[in-house]
Amino acid sequence: MNELAKELAGRYGARGWHDIRKDLASVEVDAIRIRDVMAYLRDEAGYGHLSFMTAIDNIERGAFTLSYALRDHDARRGLIVHADVDRAEPTVDSIHLLWGQAWTYQREMREWFGIDFPGSPRVDEEFVLEGWEGPPMMRRDFDSLAYSDATYAERPGRVTHDPASHMREKLYPEAAQ
Amino acid sequence: MSEKKTIPAPLANEGLPPEERGLFCDAAPREYEPARGAWERFLNWARSESLWLLGFGTGCGAIELRPLMTSRFDMYRYGIQPRPTPRQSSVFVIGGYASVKTLKRIVRSYEQMMGPKFVLALGSCTINGGMYWDSYNTIKRIDQYIPVDVYIAGCMPRPEALLAGFQELKRIIKSGGGEGQNEYARNFDWYKANQKKVIKDWNMPDYNW
Amino acid sequence: MRREKQRVIPPAERATPDLDSGKYLVMWQGPQHPGITGNMSLRLVAEGDTVVDCETHVGYLHRGFEKLMERRLYMQNFPLVCRIAVPEPDFNEYCYAAALEELAGIVIPEKAVWLRTLSLEMMRLASFLMWIGGQAGAFGHGTIAQWSVTMRDYVLDLFEELTGGRIYHMYIIPGGVRGDVPAGFYKRVLETMAVVEKNLDDIELVMFHNAVFKMRAEGLGYIPRDWVDHYGITGPNARAAGVARDLRKDSGYLAYPRLDFQPIVGTESDAYERARLRLGEMYQAIDLIRQIVDMAPKDGPFRERLPNPLYWRIPAGETYVSAECTRGEYGFYVVSDGSDKPRRVAVRGPSYTHAVSVMERLVRGVNIADVAGLMVSLHTYPPEIER
Repeated sequence: MNELAKELAGRYGARGWHDIRKDLASVEVDAIRIRDVMAYLRDEAGYGHLSFMTAIDNIERGAFTLSYALRDHDARRGLIVHADVDRAEPTVDSIHLLWGQAWTYQREMREWFGIDFPGSPRVDEEFVLEGWEGPPMMRRDFDSLAYSDATYAERPGRVTHDPASHMREKLYPEAAQ
Repeated sequence: MSEKKTIPAPLANEGLPPEERGLFCDAAPREYEPARGAWERFLNWARSESLWLLGFGTGCGAIELRPLMTSRFDMYRYGIQPRPTPRQSSVFVIGGYASVKTLKRIVRSYEQMMGPKFVLALGSCTINGGMYWDSYNTIKRIDQYIPVDVYIAGCMPRPEALLAGFQELKRIIKSGGGEGQNEYARNFDWYKANQKKVIKDWNMPDYNW
Repeated sequence: MRREKQRVIPPAERATPDLDSGKYLVMWQGPQHPGITGNMSLRLVAEGDTVVDCETHVGYLHRGFEKLMERRLYMQNFPLVCRIAVPEPDFNEYCYAAALEELAGIVIPEKAVWLRTLSLEMMRLASFLMWIGGQAGAFGHGTIAQWSVTMRDYVLDLFEELTGGRIYHMYIIPGGVRGDVPAGFYKRVLETMAVVEKNLDDIELVMFHNAVFKMRAEGLGYIPRDWVDHYGITGPNARAAGVARDLRKDSGYLAYPRLDFQPIVGTESDAYERARLRLGEMYQAIDLIRQIVDMAPKDGPFRERLPNPLYWRIPAGETYVSAECTRGEYGFYVVSDGSDKPRRVAVRGPSYTHAVSVMERLVRGVNIADVAGLMVSLHTYPPEIER
């Protein structure tokens, strides 16, 4: 297992190999090398199956962390490859030529996070939304509740409690006072 | 009902490209004027006993329509059967939450249905948003966009609850209620304004007749 | 005699048809269409009655689960996750619960392991029963749905007794399961399984020996073996192509390593073979349920004590937990930043690849009347694509 870590570190400068559990590990690479790393993992290291790809909005450090989950079905192990991209100008190489379903994920990330994948088929088309005018909605600074309150009419009479304080008042009324 | 007849201005169909505007109706819907006395009561009886519902599973509530259609709960006993096209159906079952993209199709399908038409809304999410109350993509109450005759609460409502809802709808129709279609015609501008507020890319005719 | 296999079109050959030539007809199948699975739509370009190009349009059921889950406590997310896939919510519950347990370092009791396995296998059976009705209906064979959906209802009755819910169970919670087995439950499980098994025999006779079904399904939607890795195809669609991949065997989660079963593998990889394979998996699920009833521990705790869910903080970390659902690899990717709400939850649904990339490829060259049957034979479900 660690041979692969060494190999990736030597070839592509991968770092931070971390064994999540005995059949799953994660590793971090530079976003600019993501396509080379993926091609290597697919063709040389046996990780032939792309489970999914997604992004995490790490707004505190101004970066999107991309996660590519691969699986080697013969060796029965998985690998998650991370790559950070700049949140202000997120552009990543497309891997749609490596896997036939990757373009859908890239289209999703383009719409949900605003990450661009130049060259990916239909990447600028709408995926699940229609006529969306707001910012990419999976970014952490997009407030779903505020948007919903501003856009959709509400039926009066709905009461929302904060679970913690509500339970405290219900269970220990004397302490709450 | 017909004491004050205002002739509404023709619809602009502004969402359509100019060359297509002539292809669609530009008249707003009109109210239905009931027949007199016993004849209307007979018609209401006939309508209530053959409810044909539109086969459009708009949300997760559609999964309980399948047991309802098949032999265990068997809604054909009550004269209810699914139809594939809006032109043949008289009941629209809104199966739960409606995302904005679906709402557009709901409005379009509802307007294409022949009158008299009735709407049955399933689930908590059509009533007040249910558990998607803070979602950016689902509407919170469906009666802002199309008129609703009967709500069935629950997530999801059981087939028995659906049957009870259909029986309630029958009772309403027989007693001369079920005014959803007229309400839509009467408050057409209000409904359209609500719809256009949510559906940002309005690229269909204003009335999909 | 099987029909000739469809020609495989390499990716570069996707020629966009010239729509202005007057040779083609653009038509939408869905979302308001009886021949579509769930609420999605296909934009078909047809020449005569043969489809030459197709685009899948999804998003009609998008509720923004992944955003909503970032706004809720770990425990509050529980009612949400099962609603991602309506016909089989338990796989969502299991993957989410297992991911949280892994991050928080909780070990569940032995009895919960078996009850979870039982719940998942019953769900598999119910989901396939629903599916086979749809598959037969798509080829104009309405009787099967009348039988199989009723059989599914009997399985749902068992769920109602076990969990209190027909469709959404919310049974598999972190730390174990929500309730114990009612008295006499196992006996009723075995009785229902006998009824379902007898009905499956009838379905096999009527459906799989029916000349119409055979003629229409054989040779339809051929998936070549080398597509499996290229498109990330999993589940029965991959096994029908001869790739023996089953996460129940490979990952060995829950009680599966202790159960006696082998993945069913097909060779022909067309709609008929996939239907046959899924029928075999239904028998297999019944067999597994019987084994579970036999081997499950009859007493002991069924869940582990959890910290106060309102203040439950999960240590920072990430994990990806996958399970074999009826359609393939179902997975939850959970990232925690140490607070009481998840940082990111991503769902991997098998329909994501089956209904979009694979469907768009397979549908070229298919008769319009067969599109619905092809779609059902991939066993896709839209909510897990768009969440």
